[in-house]
Amino acid sequence: MSTVPIFADESWQQPSRGRVGMLCLIIGESAIFTIFVVAYIYYIGRSLTGPTPSILEVPYFNSVCLISSSFTIVLAEHAIKHGQMRRFRAWWALTMALGIEFLIGTGIEWKDLIVDRHFTISTNLFGTTFYSLVGLHATHVVVGMIGLSLVMLFTLMGRVNQGHAERIQVLALYWHFVDAVWVVVFTVVYIVGR
Amino acid sequence: MADQTLPIPGSLGEEQQRVGMLEWLHSWVVTVDHKKLGILYVVYALFFLIVAGAEAMAMRIQLAVPNNHFLSPELFNELFTMHGTTMVFLVGMTIIFGIGNYLVPLMIGARDMAFPRLNAFSFWLSAFGGLFLYFSFIGGFGLYGMGSAPDVTWWAYAPLTAKAFTPGHNTDYWALALIVMGFGTLGAAINILATAFSMRCRGMTLMRMPLFVWLMVVTSGLTLITITPLTAAQVMLIIDRFLGGHFFDAQAGGAPVVWMHFFWIFGHPEVYVLILPAFGITSEVIPVFSRKAIFGYPAMVAASVGIAFVSTTVWAHHMFTVGMTSVGNAFFVLSTMMVGIPTGIKIFNWIATMWGGKIRFATPMLFCTAFLFQFLCAGLTGIMLSVAPWDWQLHNSYFVIAHFHYTLAGAFVFCIFAAIYYWYPKVTGRMMSETLGKWHFWLFFIGFHITFDTMHFVGILGMPRSIYTYEADRGWNALNMVISLGGFVQAIAVLIFAWNLVYAYLRGKVAGNDPWDAWTLEWSTPSPPPAYNFAVDPVVRSRRPLWDIKHPQDPDWKYER
Repeated sequence: MSTVPIFADESWQQPSRGRVGMLCLIIGESAIFTIFVVAYIYYIGRSLTGPTPSILEVPYFNSVCLISSSFTIVLAEHAIKHGQMRRFRAWWALTMALGIEFLIGTGIEWKDLIVDRHFTISTNLFGTTFYSLVGLHATHVVVGMIGLSLVMLFTLMGRVNQGHAERIQVLALYWHFVDAVWVVVFTVVYIVGR
Repeated sequence: MADQTLPIPGSLGEEQQRVGMLEWLHSWVVTVDHKKLGILYVVYALFFLIVAGAEAMAMRIQLAVPNNHFLSPELFNELFTMHGTTMVFLVGMTIIFGIGNYLVPLMIGARDMAFPRLNAFSFWLSAFGGLFLYFSFIGGFGLYGMGSAPDVTWWAYAPLTAKAFTPGHNTDYWALALIVMGFGTLGAAINILATAFSMRCRGMTLMRMPLFVWLMVVTSGLTLITITPLTAAQVMLIIDRFLGGHFFDAQAGGAPVVWMHFFWIFGHPEVYVLILPAFGITSEVIPVFSRKAIFGYPAMVAASVGIAFVSTTVWAHHMFTVGMTSVGNAFFVLSTMMVGIPTGIKIFNWIATMWGGKIRFATPMLFCTAFLFQFLCAGLTGIMLSVAPWDWQLHNSYFVIAHFHYTLAGAFVFCIFAAIYYWYPKVTGRMMSETLGKWHFWLFFIGFHITFDTMHFVGILGMPRSIYTYEADRGWNALNMVISLGGFVQAIAVLIFAWNLVYAYLRGKVAGNDPWDAWTLEWSTPSPPPAYNFAVDPVVRSRRPLWDIKHPQDPDWKYER
């Protein structure tokens, strides 16, 4: 490592605190998800009573929506970095629409399971692990949506400008994390576990 | 975004004008200043240190003689649960983040933490979590009616925590309080990391940060991945208890052993979360009082990161008696023993720092010297317990209690006392009494050894932990009496310490900026530091910036590579 003395006229740069803070939060959140995913995998096939994971339908459309919202938010980040506010608003709105679609899709899936099939969190061990893991992820989507909506609100009030590009990027990091976790949850719950 | 330009409301400097009691209180409640929050954390932790200490004393009175009826069995269960939970979460976690909060920005030449509001939020989460936990003594409904505190031990093994076996809400108080405090701790850890990575003053490269800051970084990083599994497991427990889930319900296919794994995935790194800042404190105190730069700085940093990594792979050494496979046992035996390598490096480096130094045995140095010896002993009993067959013999005996109190009291608490004696002049502007400090040290040291050395023997003689009384014919009577007496010696020492704290604040000798002739940046500010910390942003060229200022003809940066 270099420990050459630094003199006052040399440039002194450090990573942005928002980015470091968000990355730390993501590391912590990953540990929470790891525990729930490990519990899910360990308990696959250990339920003593039915129903089994075969009652699940694979939410392809939902997943495509959520994953593509990661791309739209990148386009929004790009737009605000270059000060194209109208473009930013459009991509941001599309990101939110995709997120809301995901939540509606999950709601329909859960209504089908809970109301029509009477399969709840206390039905059996599979129900406990399924609702808690998918619910934990959905909770994170809701939290992300609250963040996105606040930005949208301030944008419509005309309070967001190019100077906020970095903060938008920090929030987008969280959204990317939520999407990346869905890839894991989707694989474990709907592909491996089913 | 690298520095704070906003004025910070309610910071210490504003108190100079005489203000009303209500205004003064208000300034502490709404403060987002890292120094005030640090003080709040430490005062909060010291209060609960006294509370949890009193719980321990009550248990020692109960166990001093066989067939005692000082405490009921129910109350005894509540007390050892609360003693453990309080000491780990309300004392240990809060005091390390308090000291870290106060010192990290000062040591790296920053104005405040990276996220001052998050900092206040984290403190109040931790504070209300603790109050919530203690409210259970009044409002918790349990198996024995109203006013039941949690009584399921601080590791709360399933299935005892299931609704069927622990009706009422006292276990819920425990789980919810820990979730709330867990979020507080997570916020504090994120803040420390962002501060250390993004708020350093000009020239403060990572490899020039004081070792205390490095150790707080490692601890906070470890906290990110250890507190969160506990939160996840508590959420599962809450789902089981409130929503009828089956995570740990063996009758529905769930496995209580999974709780054990999840808890110890948190629980073992947790003791390193506590002990690493203690290492940081020692790494600041020993060089200053030996008048030498720390020996092997890069090795110290590497060893700290190494300990953090190894500590995440050792958790199941708490579970040798569960009946894992021999491969599992062998893995956890070996990984546990590996912790000894980086820890050994650190101990040798501290001794090498003292070697040939001009040692001043002021109170902080006395505590750190005792720490070296006691931590070595604790490490050695740790190696003994890491051997699975030895552990099968002694698991859940007082030998284990003696081992971890050697690490947490003999190492962690000794370093905390060293830190308070060392930094008290900076925080309050007044010196603590050396005479009272020496009384405190020697009484605590002697009391500690009377209690915890003897506990090893009573453990080898077969006394299990968590029992509220024992028969007179077991051969434990005299030893238990000795352990309890040692406890009283420690209690007297802690009372002397508390008196010293209060007396020094009111009547102590005025300290000046740099009473110990130290080398890190916090000693370049006035005592107590003003709200803005540094009137001029400091520029650093070596690991000992104040040495460079004091010895311009022989600065450190000429030699550091």
